Amino acid sequence: MKEMAMNTVPHNWYLFLSTFLFCIGIMGVLFRRNAIIIMMCIELMLNSVNLLLVSFSAYSGNSDGQVFVFFIMVVAAAEVAVGLALLVSIYRNIASTDIDKLSKLKW
Amino acid sequence: MMTLLILFFPLIASILVFASGNNLASKVALLLAAAELAITVYVYSVYKQTGADSFYYFKEWISNPKISFHLGMDGLSLLMVILTNFLTPIIILSAFNRNIENAKAYFSLILFMQFALIGVFIAYDGLLYYIFWELALIPIYFIALRWGGPNRVPVTLKFFIYTLAGSLLMLFGFIMLYHYNPSHSFDIRELYDNASKICSCNQSWLFWMFFLAFAIKIPIVPFHTWQADTYKEAPTQGTMLLAGIMLKMGTYSLLRWLLPVVPAGVAQWGPLAITLCVIGIVYASVIAIMQKDLKKLFAYSSVAHVGLIAAGIFSLNIQGFQGSVVQMMAHGVNVVGLFFCADIIFNRTKSLQVEGLGGIRNVAPQFNTMFMIVVLGSVALPLTNGFIGEFLLLFGVYEYNTWLSVFSGLTIILGAVYMFRMFQRVMLGNTSETTSVFKDLMWNEKIVLAIIAITIIVMGIYPKPVFDMAQPALQSILDKVIIK
Amino acid sequence: MLTDSSLIAPGMLIPLFPLIGFLINGLFGKYLPKSITGWIASLAVLASFCCVFYMFTNLPSTGSLHIDLFNWIGFANFNISFGYLIDPLSITMMLVVTGIGFLIHVYSIGYMHDDEGVTRFFTYLNLFIFFMLLLVIGSNYLVMFIGWEGVGLCSYLLIGYWFKNDAFNDAAKKAFVMNRIGDLGFLLGMFFILFNFGSLDYAEVMKQASLLPVGSALLVTITLLLFVGATGKSAQIPLYTWLPDAMAGPTPVSALIHAATMVTAGIYMITRSGVLYAMAPFSMEIVAIVGVATCLMAAIIGLMQNDIKKVLAYSTVSQLGLMFAALGIGAFASGMFHLVTHAFFKALLFLGSGSVIHALHGEQDIRKMGGLSKYIKVTFITFLIGSIAISGIPPFAGFFSKDEILSKAFEHSKIIWAILSISSMMTAFYMFRLVYLTFFNDFRGTEVTKKHIHESPSTMTIPLIILAVLSIFGGFIGLPSVLGFAHKFQQYLSAVTAPAQHILDESHAAEVSHSTEWILIFTAVIAAIASILYARYKYISNKEQPAEDASLTGINKMVYNKFYVDEIYETCIVKPLKVLSDLFLVLIDKLVIDLVVNATAWVVGLSGRTLRLVQNGNTGFYVFAMVFGIIVLFVIRLFI
Repeated sequence: MKEMAMNTVPHNWYLFLSTFLFCIGIMGVLFRRNAIIIMMCIELMLNSVNLLLVSFSAYSGNSDGQVFVFFIMVVAAAEVAVGLALLVSIYRNIASTDIDKLSKLKW
Repeated sequence: MMTLLILFFPLIASILVFASGNNLASKVALLLAAAELAITVYVYSVYKQTGADSFYYFKEWISNPKISFHLGMDGLSLLMVILTNFLTPIIILSAFNRNIENAKAYFSLILFMQFALIGVFIAYDGLLYYIFWELALIPIYFIALRWGGPNRVPVTLKFFIYTLAGSLLMLFGFIMLYHYNPSHSFDIRELYDNASKICSCNQSWLFWMFFLAFAIKIPIVPFHTWQADTYKEAPTQGTMLLAGIMLKMGTYSLLRWLLPVVPAGVAQWGPLAITLCVIGIVYASVIAIMQKDLKKLFAYSSVAHVGLIAAGIFSLNIQGFQGSVVQMMAHGVNVVGLFFCADIIFNRTKSLQVEGLGGIRNVAPQFNTMFMIVVLGSVALPLTNGFIGEFLLLFGVYEYNTWLSVFSGLTIILGAVYMFRMFQRVMLGNTSETTSVFKDLMWNEKIVLAIIAITIIVMGIYPKPVFDMAQPALQSILDKVIIK
Repeated sequence: MLTDSSLIAPGMLIPLFPLIGFLINGLFGKYLPKSITGWIASLAVLASFCCVFYMFTNLPSTGSLHIDLFNWIGFANFNISFGYLIDPLSITMMLVVTGIGFLIHVYSIGYMHDDEGVTRFFTYLNLFIFFMLLLVIGSNYLVMFIGWEGVGLCSYLLIGYWFKNDAFNDAAKKAFVMNRIGDLGFLLGMFFILFNFGSLDYAEVMKQASLLPVGSALLVTITLLLFVGATGKSAQIPLYTWLPDAMAGPTPVSALIHAATMVTAGIYMITRSGVLYAMAPFSMEIVAIVGVATCLMAAIIGLMQNDIKKVLAYSTVSQLGLMFAALGIGAFASGMFHLVTHAFFKALLFLGSGSVIHALHGEQDIRKMGGLSKYIKVTFITFLIGSIAISGIPPFAGFFSKDEILSKAFEHSKIIWAILSISSMMTAFYMFRLVYLTFFNDFRGTEVTKKHIHESPSTMTIPLIILAVLSIFGGFIGLPSVLGFAHKFQQYLSAVTAPAQHILDESHAAEVSHSTEWILIFTAVIAAIASILYARYKYISNKEQPAEDASLTGINKMVYNKFYVDEIYETCIVKPLKVLSDLFLVLIDKLVIDLVVNATAWVVGLSGRTLRLVQNGNTGFYVFAMVFGIIVLFVIRLFI
């Protein structure tokens, strides 16, 4: 197992890639104002984590990580379903998906 | 089995009363409470024959953390149960001839309260005990909130949050106890057996967590400010439950759950606690002198009395312990009597202010006699139940420290001052406009006050059964507290 | 110790009869005709008296009967039984209580006949007799304490018997509270005894105490604390002010409770604890000093009082002081002797004053009396006999007992003797001032009252006559040895007082010679007669009248106002206590404690108000906060 891994892509690369993707996601979440894009960025973050889990799973030869990935994918799918439904509802109300306009829910 | 029956019968009764509808509720409640009293009498007779051993009930409940459904009744617990079950029918009967909205809920809550109180007194597992302790707060909260006086909402909230804060500390205490106890258990036997294995530094923390919880409930000065207002605002039956039985939860818990559980903590902080109690006795008595509201006056007198009970407990000798138990019983009966008298006055005159009253004796001689007897019990006249308790308590405190006893002995003077001052201004003199049409006692009031008056005198003349019952339990507690 | 089984039953019955009387009248009184309730109560007391008399005749003076009824407070090795001790001392007291009690009951039937609450009155009286008997019959201090507080309660109930009058209620409350102050001393004394001797039983306590060295601190503490109790109950300085106020009660009550029986409980208690006191010379001194001071002070105040009952009240305080002085100088039997004779003549005087008040329809001010001897002969004669007896003219009862105390005082200390003699002169003076102002000269009241003056019914006069006879001959139970008689009374009590006397005799044994005693007797008698003559000169020959309140000045005003002791207590104790009460409530309870409690709540509220600003609804801000938080956590986890 270990030798196989050695011969293929080094493990570090996965880490860098996933970190890179995660940071892109964070930046997107932080700086974009369009709710749809923010949701896409969240998906990106989730997927970067998935990538990390899979790579560690392969690295350590333990399949727990891969099981988790499935969980995350299911949860992410559910989340997107709910989230997009909310967004559609919001858009119907205020004809926009700009999150700066969504500040009614406060004390 | 007997133990389960005596515990769960009020719960079933509570449900039945709720189902019986508003018209029947009071009668059904009285009947069921009387039945519970009958069970108690039977249990007492069994206890006389076989002792405490036949009442233990143990069942595993939760394995991790180890919590068991452990009940038991030694003399101390049984006395408290007797007090509860003796007072509950009286309290229910006292609500007859009064207009109570939504009666089924009211009486159902009273019986539910009884259930929780019995649970507190017979639970031998820490967490189970804690659950009952908190459970007892729920019915009384709703009783006070739903049927209370005009200012009930903020007052009840204060009461609830205040006592809940204390309970929270106790929960912390139990968790800490569980953690430091080598056998990791809430069971009272384990807690007692391993008490010496907890280092004294931790015992200090534990002492304060438990003590604060109990001090708020009892209440010991300076944790008493919730009390007077709550007594005033709660409906009479609620006040009776609070003052008559619920306060005893605190003093009982001192004996059962504080002293033997953290003996080193008691050794270290007991002197401070007893000083606090004694200061509280005089402090509350002095305040009571100038109180203008009857219920508040009784509330402060109650603070003084239970302060003495707590002081007797912290004096750590058998006289103090016995005195505290007798006085718990006596105070329970007397304070119910006092608040009922206040209720009778309020019912006729719609006022509890001492100012506008006076001369009631002219128009209600029977009420006067009964009230007088209750007052005498409360000022601890010999041959009333209050005297036995106060004598032993003061003697217990004396054995602990002479000066504390002198100081707390002031209560017998101050007690006479505020009680007779009140009695004079309410009952004696000439009738005022409000009191001239005062109706003498109705049938249910007669029964209630007669029972209370007889109990006051009988207990004062022959308190031996109480001593005999409490003695083994108290002795074993004392042996655990005194570290050799 | 003698325990004759044939004596146990009557012994147990003694306190029971008044209790039964109390229960009958108390529970079923409203179904009974008013006229018979008084007789029920009287019979109950008479039955007790018969029992006591039976005990008196059958129990030898060296014997004592100990009856344990039941274990009252008992657990582990802590046991206090409810027991009776019947010995010469308790029999003496019980004879006085039931004997005079019975006479006063009968008197009350006449005196209270038109009162609406007469049943209640007799209920209380019976209860009082019950508690008083319990006080003297108890075999340990705690049973004595039951009676001690019980009679205090009855005193409260009876002083405030006319409860519509708030001044009376105040007097009743004052009596109870002042007694309670004394009771605290008693209670603490009991704690000391119980803790150090392990028992409250008289016999056991005395036995243990006699093992201690004379004058040990423990004994001094115990005896002083018990004495505090005695000052409360027996109206001594500083707790005497309740007794004059207690005259608010019906006159038979004043006679029974506040003259003959209850107030002498302190004397009884000290005599009972004789050994303790004998072992504590310092306490004896204190008792003597307080007794002498009270005797003098009350006599001085008595000179200026204008209320017939108040004069008698201060006279009682003064006489009680005399008894305490006797105890303080170690003459226990003499103190008891004076207690007995005083009970006779003071009950007589009070009942006589009651008869006067009855005749005048409630008038108590002697300035509005005068010349009554023509209208109410029996009352006048009996009252005069009482006055002679209290003044100490031989051969009336008061002479023997007072003279005995004075001669004992003379041998103990000349100063005490001098002060007591002066007080006795004052006593003679104010008593005859009272007699002259009330019964001689012309009537000073209104014409309407004058028309209605009438002699009291026979239920009232017969007790007066009996008491008058006792006041004349009562002193013969204690004829002094100087006259060549054996002192019967002293001998009877000797079994009880001997142990204490024995301890005292070891320290000083000087007996006054007979010649000195004769001189003392003559001095005392001449002084008394001189005082009476002076009173006669002042109020008969000169026809002086007590001055109006407003015209009093200087020292007279001060005496008339009882040295302002009540006012001093009011300003120094009562008012500060009330202020303190308000202060505690407003300042500490409401301000300090509630401030802390509310501050806690306020802090919670404040943090809520502050933190909710974070919840600004801006999603971008939330996301930023989240990311920032994660970064902070990372930094903490990885670098710190």
